[in-house]
Amino acid sequence: MKIENAKYHALDGNKDLPNTSITCTIDGIVHSVPIAEDNEDYAEIMRQVNAGTLTIEDAD
Amino acid sequence: MALSTIGTNQISNEVFQANRNLVKNGAMIVAQRAASSTGLGAANGYFTVDRMRMAIGDASAGRFTMAQTAVTDLSGFSKSVKISCTTADTSIAAGERLVLNYRFEGQDLQSLKSSSSSLKAFTISFYARANAAFNLVSEIIFGADTSKNSEANQVNALTTSWQRFTMSVPAATNTQIDDVTTHDTDLMFWMHAGSTYTGGSNSTTLRPNVNANRAAGVSSIFASTSNFVEITGIQLEIGDSATPFENEDIAITFQKCQRYYLKLLSDTAYDSYGSGFFYAAAQFYTTMWFPTRLRATPSLVSSGNFAVMNNGTHSAVDSLAYNRILHDGMCMQTYSDMSTNQGVQGQGGMLRNNNDSDAYIEIKAEL
Repeated sequence: MKIENAKYHALDGNKDLPNTSITCTIDGIVHSVPIAEDNEDYAEIMRQVNAGTLTIEDAD
Repeated sequence: MALSTIGTNQISNEVFQANRNLVKNGAMIVAQRAASSTGLGAANGYFTVDRMRMAIGDASAGRFTMAQTAVTDLSGFSKSVKISCTTADTSIAAGERLVLNYRFEGQDLQSLKSSSSSLKAFTISFYARANAAFNLVSEIIFGADTSKNSEANQVNALTTSWQRFTMSVPAATNTQIDDVTTHDTDLMFWMHAGSTYTGGSNSTTLRPNVNANRAAGVSSIFASTSNFVEITGIQLEIGDSATPFENEDIAITFQKCQRYYLKLLSDTAYDSYGSGFFYAAAQFYTTMWFPTRLRATPSLVSSGNFAVMNNGTHSAVDSLAYNRILHDGMCMQTYSDMSTNQGVQGQGGMLRNNNDSDAYIEIKAEL
């Protein structure tokens, strides 16, 4: 699974509030992946982050 | 004594049990993503028929097309899933594989348990054919556990004619199926495998998982671009024999599939996805209700061009994001950013396509 351009989205677009999702492309398709342990895409993003092959940009 | 009528006590309870088929969309009638997808083979995933995943091992040169195909010569069925080789690969690395894979939530198989650590007998059945003689390996694997009885398989000799194959798995001890909404168990139909998966033996009795056993005896669909395998009528049920395939109203099957995935397709250039309001001038919320509770917190997938229509103004959406899930998984609030036109805080509006009839939104909670 090729994940690129990962960036956090904060609740209500307010970076002072908690992050709620990660915007990224997965195999070339735009995804908004919730920060939720039960989501398979989030699990894969975190696996790649922990492996050091993916970084996530801070929310605006 | 001859009987003039057959009472219910002469017939296995399983025959009349509703929802006895634990496989969703086993008749291949729902394909929300697409009817056909070509050039596959580089990655795992769901591509056409709902709930039917393609599992890929190590990188292979082999490529295939996956298609929902009309069935005209098998009584009781109208659709199948067809896997066709488009690029051959006869230099097979050890870790290669190609598998039609059905993933179960653990909670969907709790009826198989006879205790917390033992299983009742169960039977897998399906219809299949190929372009020529082909050995397809069917396999059930619970958690890929090497310390418990977790794996069983058999070779099925396909021909050019439809046949029904059954694989009955005896009751077993020292097994485990967790009561979870996550991926716990796999039903696998092996069509290609390297030596990692083929050096062992077949057994329909559950045993500890050993990779070398998993696809022993399988043919390779990548041996020739003439090759295809076609499957339908997949059923997994309690009991030591197969009952007739349980046909189901498509509306029910469709809703079962939407627990994992739904696609909001556009038919025209300006189709609407939902109404909402401006949280701020350049930020618009839309609430999307789902037809059923999703398995897990879903991803929001978007492709194409979107806009917010408001008070006669048309504002192009720069990005569309998941903002929060609501009502225990029954609806999602999305968040749209805009840099042109924009609205007025508090005003209503509508999220729709922006002159793009190919745009779509997917809600994805797959296993």
